[in-house]
Amino acid sequence: MQKFFTLALAAILTVLTSAAQALPDIKSWQTAKGAKVLFVAAPELPMVDVRLVFDAGSSRDGDQPGVAKLTSALLDQGAGGLSADEIARGLEQRGAELGGGSRRDMAWISLRSLVDPDLLEPSLELFGKVLAKPDFPAEDFAREQKRMLIGLQYEKQKPAAIAKKTFYRELYGSHPYASHPAGTEDSVKALGVADLRSFYQHYYVARNATVVIVGSLDESQARKIAARLADSLPEGQRPPPLPPVAELEKASEVFTEHPSSQSHVLMGQPGLRRKDPDYFPLYVGNHILGGSGLVSRISEEIREKRGLAYSAYSYFIPMKEKGPYQLGFQTRNDQRDEALQVLRETLSGFIGSGPTDKELAAAKSNIVSGFPLRVSSNSKISEYLAVIGFYDLPLDYLNTFTTHVEAVTVEQIRDAWKRRIHPDKMVTVIVGGGEAGSSSP
Amino acid sequence: MRGLLALVLGLGVSLASAAPAVHEYMLDNGLKLIVKEDHRSPVMVSQVWYKVGSSYEHDGITGVSHVLEHMMFKGTKAHPAGEFSRIISENGGRENAFTSQDYTAYFQTMEKNRVKTSFELEADRMRNLTLPEDEFLKEVRVVMEERRMRTEDNPQSLTWEQFNATAYISSPYRIPVIGWMDDLESMRIEDLRDWYRQWYAPNNATVVVAGDVDPDEVLRLARRYFGPLKPSEIRPVKPRREVTQLGIKRLQVKAPAELPYLMMGYKAPVVLTADKAKDWEPYALEVLAGVLDGGSGARLASELVRGKAIAASAGASYDAHDRMQSLFLLSGTPSRGHSVRELEAALREQLEKLKQQPVGEQELDRVKAQIRAQKVYEQDSVFYQAMQIGVLESIGLGWREADNYHRQIQAVTPQQVMAVAKKYLLDDHLTVAELVPQPIDPEHPPRRGGGSHVR
Repeated sequence: MQKFFTLALAAILTVLTSAAQALPDIKSWQTAKGAKVLFVAAPELPMVDVRLVFDAGSSRDGDQPGVAKLTSALLDQGAGGLSADEIARGLEQRGAELGGGSRRDMAWISLRSLVDPDLLEPSLELFGKVLAKPDFPAEDFAREQKRMLIGLQYEKQKPAAIAKKTFYRELYGSHPYASHPAGTEDSVKALGVADLRSFYQHYYVARNATVVIVGSLDESQARKIAARLADSLPEGQRPPPLPPVAELEKASEVFTEHPSSQSHVLMGQPGLRRKDPDYFPLYVGNHILGGSGLVSRISEEIREKRGLAYSAYSYFIPMKEKGPYQLGFQTRNDQRDEALQVLRETLSGFIGSGPTDKELAAAKSNIVSGFPLRVSSNSKISEYLAVIGFYDLPLDYLNTFTTHVEAVTVEQIRDAWKRRIHPDKMVTVIVGGGEAGSSSP
Repeated sequence: MRGLLALVLGLGVSLASAAPAVHEYMLDNGLKLIVKEDHRSPVMVSQVWYKVGSSYEHDGITGVSHVLEHMMFKGTKAHPAGEFSRIISENGGRENAFTSQDYTAYFQTMEKNRVKTSFELEADRMRNLTLPEDEFLKEVRVVMEERRMRTEDNPQSLTWEQFNATAYISSPYRIPVIGWMDDLESMRIEDLRDWYRQWYAPNNATVVVAGDVDPDEVLRLARRYFGPLKPSEIRPVKPRREVTQLGIKRLQVKAPAELPYLMMGYKAPVVLTADKAKDWEPYALEVLAGVLDGGSGARLASELVRGKAIAASAGASYDAHDRMQSLFLLSGTPSRGHSVRELEAALREQLEKLKQQPVGEQELDRVKAQIRAQKVYEQDSVFYQAMQIGVLESIGLGWREADNYHRQIQAVTPQQVMAVAKKYLLDDHLTVAELVPQPIDPEHPPRRGGGSHVR
């Protein structure tokens, strides 16, 4: 292994210089009505990505689970007096692509267009209508509501989807993150057009918006576009912060029977906030434990050594408040207990003694040397800008990322895992065939 | 390099208007190397493509190409099991592999200066795989888990697999890429050794590198690492053309599910099998798929999902770039209160309309505009650029088809779209599959074990 060690060190040196060159130069400002804008000029391809992100995900559903998602789905189904067909065709005839969606923290709407003004101008016009003038037509609402119900039904035939939904419910109890973004059959049926309008008016406002622009534009063009879009919204205000997530008090296990040949297993606890002081020790530690594909410990133990699963992993999903720390695999029903035991032993082994020096060096080498891959396309840069803007991360987040990774020590990882990760208080969710059983910790 | 580049070359120069340079080389041992420069970002992707996949397989060994793909990570004399992935990881790389009907490919995405690392390891495993039996016995179990996850427990995938095996009789496109479970259970290490010997050689491979690289340097490295490998005698695969279908075929798939699902497939030519005098036909079929399903403004979304609201979802797809004769596909889920039968009738009505009336110029322009824009958007990904080259090379069309494709698409006329609809979307060449949902188990609601949940 000596050979790799030197290789790794050399790698870090070379890449630090090229990574610095690769970093996007982020310009940021506020629009007149208070929307935050992040812009990166990418002159190489004659295209632009525009995205608006709102704190308007399902964590804002309140007692109407599904309202955020259905609101997001309705935006382009009629706006500014134009029908869904007219909007879609108007964009498609210019080769523009409209995107959008919503998760727990955020809702977003995006446009990808060529920068030729004859194409971009009318596309932005339509995009602006979808953003600021959705009509929520009754007929389209009724149809999308039915499609959302079908979506809920579809999830019931997928063991992975059942497991995920159960996992969040068990992990978050009464916190807004517990609720399924697509709602429930009853909550979706109870929604009406007025609920969507009200949700839209409340959350799709300038002060609650982050505007991301990446493309072949100069800053003055980007400023015009950002102002034109964000300032067509009412100023409004940011919603109050979400409540903090309570820690789990004891271990629990939920078994859902499903006629599948495999059991899907998810185990975990509340994990990381985006601006968490333990972010880097936990992130780098997990890279070693279960976050780096086939070379991570969990995959090595469950897949490589024992052939028990196609995919076995662990990861943090950092969110505004503590997002899940999730470990999981799927395996033939009769192998479930064996694999779960291996997963638990691997986790407690890691918490007990932490990573080796060699493992930490390899992980750093991977993250640092691979850093340019994270920002190698306009799409990826847009994703990062959305995260930086939405979560109020510092603008030099990308510039300092590898430095933070380099600074992590074995002791910091050990300390953070002991303090933060509690296998004796984790939720275990199993969806599959056979009896619930002997797998309790 | 973002930003800096434009400064050096002078602002106002549109780099995209000059198509990125593609360089093609052939080594003495028959290995083809293709380099596509893209200097936007200091990264590169290196891909090795083998001309082998499930359509090269025969009954009894189905899935062998894919299992071999897994075994390619299980070591050579110089680099024992697991070391390949470890070295790539320590170099900051992301790697994986994929198997399809027509090809098997391996890739590493890394910082631009690491082509050497990729080539050294890929060249080694092209000829020197050890294929240890103990590793195989574990790995084939992993593949069975993969099959359970992707197919056995997924009613729509299961329907697709049975649909495919019914639609084709003599064509190897019948064979599922992951293989039948029974074949996986009886697979032996000798099957893999034979398959490896038969297909893994420099003269059956294409190496594609895209990104911020110097083509001369890549060629030098390719000569150094792949150059010394001995070629094999590659026996051409038999044609195994599909027999003519002589009437509609229907099947049902009964599986635990909540929602019904419909699939319809019409036998259709691809670029490689098209009548040379009518080489526009596959492109007209691509446009036809776009008229039906090219976005939310296209006919299926507009008329069946909205409009009549018969479908909760509906799609059409066709790929002109398969190696053998293929299918023009339609699929969908009926909306609540509508049956699979009604959805099928509505889809057929759409096809009938395409046979009776030419597509409007504006509608056609919309499909073409989207494909033109797509050509720009896809340059945002070096991976995609390399992948496109790899696919076209592996099926035997060559990478220049990418440009030809765009020229041909832009030239398609409304009459041509109508002509291919009339000629190929015929009942006698149709296979229809219906997923008939079986109860998921209403008798067993979720229950708790192992202590209650207290917060």
